[in-house]
Amino acid sequence: MSRALQSIGRSAVGWLLPALLFVGWEIASRAGVISANVLPAPSAVGAAFWKLLLSGELLENIRISTLRALSGFVVGGAIGFGLGLANGLSALSRGLTDTTIQMIRNIPHLALIPLVILWFGIDEEAKLFLVALGVFFPIYINTLLGIQGVDPQLVEMGRIYGMSRSQLFMRVILPGALPSIFVGLRYALGIMWLTLIVAETISASSGLGYMAMQAREFLLIDVVVLSILIYALLGKLADVLARSLERLSLQWHPAFQNV
Amino acid sequence: MTAATITARQSFAETTARATVTARRIAFSFRNVTKRFGDKTVLQGIDLDVHDGQFVAVIGKSGCGKSTLLRLLAGLDKPTAGELVHAGETKDQKRTRIMFQEPRLLPWARVGANVDVGLTGIARGSEVRQKSLDILAEVGLADRSEEWPSVLSGGQRQRVALARALVGHPRILALDEPLGALDALTRIEMQQLLERIWLTKKFTAVLVTHDVAEAVALADRVVVIDSGRIALDLAIPVERPRRHASPELAFFERQILDQLYTQRTS
Repeated sequence: MSRALQSIGRSAVGWLLPALLFVGWEIASRAGVISANVLPAPSAVGAAFWKLLLSGELLENIRISTLRALSGFVVGGAIGFGLGLANGLSALSRGLTDTTIQMIRNIPHLALIPLVILWFGIDEEAKLFLVALGVFFPIYINTLLGIQGVDPQLVEMGRIYGMSRSQLFMRVILPGALPSIFVGLRYALGIMWLTLIVAETISASSGLGYMAMQAREFLLIDVVVLSILIYALLGKLADVLARSLERLSLQWHPAFQNV
Repeated sequence: MTAATITARQSFAETTARATVTARRIAFSFRNVTKRFGDKTVLQGIDLDVHDGQFVAVIGKSGCGKSTLLRLLAGLDKPTAGELVHAGETKDQKRTRIMFQEPRLLPWARVGANVDVGLTGIARGSEVRQKSLDILAEVGLADRSEEWPSVLSGGQRQRVALARALVGHPRILALDEPLGALDALTRIEMQQLLERIWLTKKFTAVLVTHDVAEAVALADRVVVIDSGRIALDLAIPVERPRRHASPELAFFERQILDQLYTQRTS
């Protein structure tokens, strides 16, 4: 019981600073230190939130953005994971593809936006392509690193005990690579939101980024601020989900014991 | 053959004779085995017959080739020349397990599941768990099967590794300095455990070590390797249970140390 309370207390501590910021911000706005044209008070942002929530516009935009983010993540993540595995396990595959991948990696994927708009217009494919490309690299690199970092002594042990290739992979290589793969996952989630928001801001007719751009057109600064806060919350949510997944599958890891 | 070997042989002619009377069939033989890595010859013309159920200790200085000998025995490397003959015909009879200085447990598998690895391709289903629990009880870790390896002490981890090696009933157990990383007290405990289990399971044990006291405390026979050759092959016909640091054992220890010492000065 007291342990549960302690853990709640510990996670609550992280919210103390944002809460204080909000209170300070509200006070400063009411006192007129911050002009409403520059930054509306949290209460004004809250009112905008309520209005958009009631109209259904907000939820619809969040739904569209989330769907885009996740589909891009699944496509890019699956390709990155698959290639990471292939290149980690096979020297032939690595020799064939790694140089190319490293070259492409050095192009900032957001620099491709003009090209992507020319190719796909402002359709869903454009967003999916950009998110998938952004997500691909952290997943690929960390999967590859994870597999290359698996203790060769454990692999030798598995061989001595007569494990087949698939047993060796499932029982030794994949679990050994998992901590690194999770690092890639968390990076990828961050890049996923970043890419999507940029893409939606520049070329979209729905979604959170579009909502923010529309609000800018009409000088609805409270909606712009609201969008930014929602990005922060969605990013945090994705991270929390990844962390709990990580904790669940890395129970054996000393870093996740007695936490 | 060196002079020291001959003296050792002569002075123990009687006791060696006694040891050979009880000798059973051969478990494995190295026949003129040579191993080279590139230009470097690690083992040179090794001839070694080990009887079934014998406990052999292999001693030598670092880099003398003793670990290579063990890796050849375990099938991890192939000899450059000569051959290694196993007496057993079936896979079961030939089964050789190796235990290393580091336990090499899977950190993501609980203790019981780590022992299960030893039954890969040998047993299936509920039988696996039962066998694992039985062998864990024998090494004194019956109640730890659901723990993660990271919470165990070094000695306990090495006991799990021993359980994993033994659960498949190997005919030959190769031990590559398995106690080298343990503290002195845990080490003696582990030696006693190893001896007790060897006496009940009756497998052939080959222990590579650089601890002479450990070798004479555990082995029926000590083989000293120097510069890739067998420099001394000495029977230790001391009754079990043996007492640590007894004068009898010290006598044999002296013989081996002398051998290592003369090699160094010559």
